[in-house]
Amino acid sequence: MRRCEDAVLRVHELTKVFDGIVAVDRVSFSISRGEIVGLLGANGAGKTTTLHLILGLIRPTSGRIEIFGRDIERHRIEILRRMNFSSVGVNLPPNLTVWENLWLFAQLYGVSRAQERIAEVLELLEIAHLRDARTGRLSSGEMTRVNLCKALLNDPELLLLDEPTASLDPNIADKVRRLLRQIQRERRIAMLYTSHNMRDIEEVCDRILFLHQGRIIAEGSPREILEHFRTRTLEEVFIRIARSGEILVSQRER
Amino acid sequence: MNLRRVGILVLRYAFVYRRSVIRLVEVWFWPTMELLLWGYVTLFLQRVGEGAVPRLVTFLIGAMILWDVLYRAQQGITLSFLEDVWVRNLLNIFCAPVRLSEYIAATFLFGLVRVGVTLISLAALAWGLYHFDLFEMGFALIPFMVNLLILGLALGVITTAIILRFGQAAEALAWAVPFLLQPFAAVFYPVSVLPPSLQVIARAIPCTYVFEGMREVLRTGTFRWDHFGWALGLNALYLGLGLWLLVRMFDLARERGLLGRLTMQ
Repeated sequence: MRRCEDAVLRVHELTKVFDGIVAVDRVSFSISRGEIVGLLGANGAGKTTTLHLILGLIRPTSGRIEIFGRDIERHRIEILRRMNFSSVGVNLPPNLTVWENLWLFAQLYGVSRAQERIAEVLELLEIAHLRDARTGRLSSGEMTRVNLCKALLNDPELLLLDEPTASLDPNIADKVRRLLRQIQRERRIAMLYTSHNMRDIEEVCDRILFLHQGRIIAEGSPREILEHFRTRTLEEVFIRIARSGEILVSQRER
Repeated sequence: MNLRRVGILVLRYAFVYRRSVIRLVEVWFWPTMELLLWGYVTLFLQRVGEGAVPRLVTFLIGAMILWDVLYRAQQGITLSFLEDVWVRNLLNIFCAPVRLSEYIAATFLFGLVRVGVTLISLAALAWGLYHFDLFEMGFALIPFMVNLLILGLALGVITTAIILRFGQAAEALAWAVPFLLQPFAAVFYPVSVLPPSLQVIARAIPCTYVFEGMREVLRTGTFRWDHFGWALGLNALYLGLGLWLLVRMFDLARERGLLGRLTMQ
């Protein structure tokens, strides 16, 4: 595990077992301020479970999660005020307008000057014109951007993004990737990013963690990963890991 | 518990209702239909029985309105929770700095608002249609309401805990749980009508004492403090058990990853 002195998130030997099935297996990593880390893996590799463990939605079987130097189990509410989350599988109440939804979450997160902040994030995601639209009437791409607005409302120091470009067309997906890079540069937000879109990962992430059956089996910058696996694209790495992850696990352990 | 966050969550429900005609209508629709049904059935029974049961209208309509207080209080909590499950917003709430206690307090407070609106509407309608004066019970109405609201809270918390544990497959319980109690709780008839074995069950249900007490007040004008004490004591017990169960189920949900599964179902 790479040691980061200015780590925003530290995960140490994290394990989660559901009814005898190991979903996350002794996972250790950390994320520094301003770093974007991609969490990759096939379906069922343990990505979402890892995100939910970090959010404190799931209690670990063993191991420790420290965010901003504090244990998530003991300081969950204080920690959650300083981080945020967006997932393609989560929605906002459909009969409220975009502005109402964002205003309510701004209040829950204790955002000062909420109205200005909402206007700012709506501009940032280029959806200011949707301010008074009901979220239930938005396209999935627009909804994804509203979810990202919600995730940026409290100017988080740590942002967890679960497949943030999954339902976006290539044009908007590209804009979102650029935006995330821009936010990272300007505000130095640390991000943990899951995606099945390898282009997302190559363009956005500084570092990648490949998960297979709950274990990290490869870790490094996109370039380091490509060199290590002697492939030209991350997609090839992804397929190789998905199909022969067991062998790679044993090689890594040796 | 942060009261500001509770207030914001209450406001969230108010926003949802303000923008949903169906939900607004629902606050009045079912209670009004029930009142019309029970009211006219009662009038018919009184006419057929030629006044054999004195104050039949008062007993039955009073019972129906007070039952609705209990039912709406329970629904306020459970349906608010289910609403967040249905629209897949539950994770957004619990990923925000919101405590379970704040969330439940908000659902209960908003449930109180709904109960208040329904109660006032029903009281007005019952007076207009059947000359039934809910406030004839006077001071006694307050302790009755307190006990019914506490039981509604306890049942709401228990139902939410069960849904949290068993997922949406258990959501029918949101409507079923209060009606499991109704036949034994002496809502529309006295406990003495029940067979002795069921009377034991009836005495373990807090609202039994409320409905018995209501009939006593309407018949004799006497408020039975012993009934009030029993109802309050049992309510405290069930509310304590309900809260314990909810915390336990929330812990279990975190242990088994049920919150995520409930949202992604």
